[in-house]
Amino acid sequence: MRFVDEFRDADKARALSAKITALCEPGRQYKLMEVCGGHTHTIYKHGLEDYLPESITLVHGPGCPVCVIPMGRVDDAMHLASAEDVIMTSFGDMMRVPGSHGSFFDAKAAGTDIRMVYSPLDSLKIARQNPDKRVVFMAIGFETTAPSTAMTVLRAAAEGLENFSVFCNHVTIVPAIKAILDSPDLRLDGFIGPGHVSTVIGCRPYEFIARDYGKPVVTAGFEPLDILQSIYMLMLQLSQGRSEVENQYSRVVPWDGNPVALRVIGQTMELRPYFEWRGLGFISHSALRMRPEYERFDAEVLFEVPGVRVADPKACQCGEVLKGVLKPWECKVFGTACTPETPIGTCMVSPEGACAAYYNFGRMNRNRVNEALKVISR
Amino acid sequence: MCLGIPGELIEFVPDHPDLAKVDVSGVKRVINVGLLADDMPKPGEWVLIHVGFALSKIDEAEAAAALEFLEGIGQAYDDELAALQESRIE
Amino acid sequence: MSVGEDGTPVGGGRAGWVAEALREHEEQDERERHDHADVGRRPLPADREQQVLDRIDRARRRRPKVREERITMSHGAGGKATQTLIEAVFLDTFRNPRLEQLEDAARLDIGGARLAFTTDSYVVSPLFFPGGDIGDLAVNGTVNDLSVSGATPLYLSAGFILEEGFPVADLIRITESMQAAAAVAGVQIVTGDTKVVEKGKADGCYINTAGVGLIAQDAPELGVALARPGDAIIVSGCIGDHGVTIMLARGELDIEADLQSDTAPLNDLVRSLLAATGGVRALRDATRGGVATILNEIAKSADVGVLVREDAIPVRTEVRGASELLGIDPMYVACEGRLVAVVDETPRLLVQSGLAGRACG
Repeated sequence: MRFVDEFRDADKARALSAKITALCEPGRQYKLMEVCGGHTHTIYKHGLEDYLPESITLVHGPGCPVCVIPMGRVDDAMHLASAEDVIMTSFGDMMRVPGSHGSFFDAKAAGTDIRMVYSPLDSLKIARQNPDKRVVFMAIGFETTAPSTAMTVLRAAAEGLENFSVFCNHVTIVPAIKAILDSPDLRLDGFIGPGHVSTVIGCRPYEFIARDYGKPVVTAGFEPLDILQSIYMLMLQLSQGRSEVENQYSRVVPWDGNPVALRVIGQTMELRPYFEWRGLGFISHSALRMRPEYERFDAEVLFEVPGVRVADPKACQCGEVLKGVLKPWECKVFGTACTPETPIGTCMVSPEGACAAYYNFGRMNRNRVNEALKVISR
Repeated sequence: MCLGIPGELIEFVPDHPDLAKVDVSGVKRVINVGLLADDMPKPGEWVLIHVGFALSKIDEAEAAAALEFLEGIGQAYDDELAALQESRIE
Repeated sequence: MSVGEDGTPVGGGRAGWVAEALREHEEQDERERHDHADVGRRPLPADREQQVLDRIDRARRRRPKVREERITMSHGAGGKATQTLIEAVFLDTFRNPRLEQLEDAARLDIGGARLAFTTDSYVVSPLFFPGGDIGDLAVNGTVNDLSVSGATPLYLSAGFILEEGFPVADLIRITESMQAAAAVAGVQIVTGDTKVVEKGKADGCYINTAGVGLIAQDAPELGVALARPGDAIIVSGCIGDHGVTIMLARGELDIEADLQSDTAPLNDLVRSLLAATGGVRALRDATRGGVATILNEIAKSADVGVLVREDAIPVRTEVRGASELLGIDPMYVACEGRLVAVVDETPRLLVQSGLAGRACG
């Protein structure tokens, strides 16, 4: 596959690995945070931590928009879905997120009309095909996905659709990063910046990290070589005492972002004064809702939403995993009571959650694997 | 959710200025290219696709530059390895 | 959904289940620690991470329990949920040594003859798709389950559940496909049944086929539990073709691709393989759940690890492309005419003996 395969070459990975190691100051430990769930996934899937020296630790951040949804919001969504004439539509990764009384998947098995869609446009199609039903789209995602929801709402408006609405759970990345930077729990040296969010917001919004907190940021692509190259660029900055924002993913990310995307978001949505994030608590101006002019497409206006705040189960340590304070395997219930089939928290449910990524790809006895590799290559 | 994949623009859908057919590794799908209205891609150009929308054009020049850097790293590494193998301190 | 006065949900719900699951795991952990103490302490790995991974490994080996109250689509996907359902419900209740083998067919000794006996149900939608239809699947699927058990497939039964309003012309088309597939595979459909259910059920047509085959007296013992370290696992062709074809044929995804189902009988291929080498330990046909599910079954049954060379597994570019678009892994996508074989000779030797994997697009 073009623009994919070339960035997966193992030899080049080893070369980058050598250059990264060469930049490490003896005796110094480095902690780099990768914010994006997609990056966490690639890192575990391709075993990138094995290409890094012991002195560099990768910390997983809250860049998984499914993972940061608090249980109460899931319950709200389930409540919306339970109405007789409602067809709830949602992306696949939302289907198994546990609320207080099961997930969308469970509700679907019990007879609720919940349908998985690949795109919000599919949801619109369902609305057109079912004029006697009210179709709700569960909108999740960072700024990457918000423009798609916005375009869909504009399309619904243009067509005069009256049975389509959005339950908006879009969140914004910068407040989350700021919350991490202000958190006393973590001492980070640099950031592997979000890849696809940046195609929308550009690289400028991260300048405060370099300027005010003195940490280098490199926006990274999603293939193994992209991430390794970004780590190399971060280490280069650190070794030269610089703290700047650099763009490794320049083939996709424009420095100024996507003006059309930003325009349509601004046209249809506004920032909520505050929003609750799993693990990070309430953060101000960190999430989006429909603007009053588009309230006929806002599920929270059209329907009664319980809005109950639900605490995570006591055993769940998703909050600390999301902040990067705990590694997935350090969570007390990881892999035993909490597995992808029987998830307790969101980090295990979403394919981009750190726990799911580690469970599926990272959980292996490295010594045994290395020995087996030696046998095979004989 | 970060899932964005590169695809090649084949053709625009007639009567639907916002829609275009893309090819992802031999598989074709119609997507919405409205977000690229300010700088609409042409057939043959590549775009990044996310939940049925094109988010960004893939800049071939930048991609080539990125690959060149990686080639350079690879070559330098090979040279270094070769040098290491050749030099023996005995 | 009921909510208490202070706003928290009542009735236990999810929170109740979590507490129960935790208690169970703690009790089992305690039991295992106790057992360990008697046997003589094995030194714990110094690495904390490895300790956690070992604990998880033990948890995964425990007796499976079905936690859901209702059947969900996962239970039919062919993966872990299906396996848990089979073990916890069917195996547990029907308990007998033949069923416990959990191979693709049961091996029975009756009056001096060795028979293989198997059954499968076909509920695919759409009924007609590029490369075949539900009739082809119904015959080839059962023929293949018999073939990979080392048997010569002989006779099939065919039970039909038809939806009220289903076109007779479609039924004829399906039946003719079945006959054509049976002729190619060298089997006969000798008995069957027909039921009709009300409109809205059966998705047009459901088919169940059962089959018997004869295992030669000198046939090798086959089973995934026989896999040993050092064995090679080979696959007979490109993977994921059937599953992706079906997903696209459903038409909900607006994706076009030039793909066909790979449904085909495997008996000839199996016969050739068994004739070419005596080192075949296990045969499976990769269906629902894909090649990866079989690899998991091998690992679990034989208590071995399986090392997969991703670049050695053939996947058509279109299957790769569609999988990327849909966010799925071709290794887990259904095939219908692919053989997975565990052999004790390296693939190189097999190639030399003339049985190279058939190249695909």
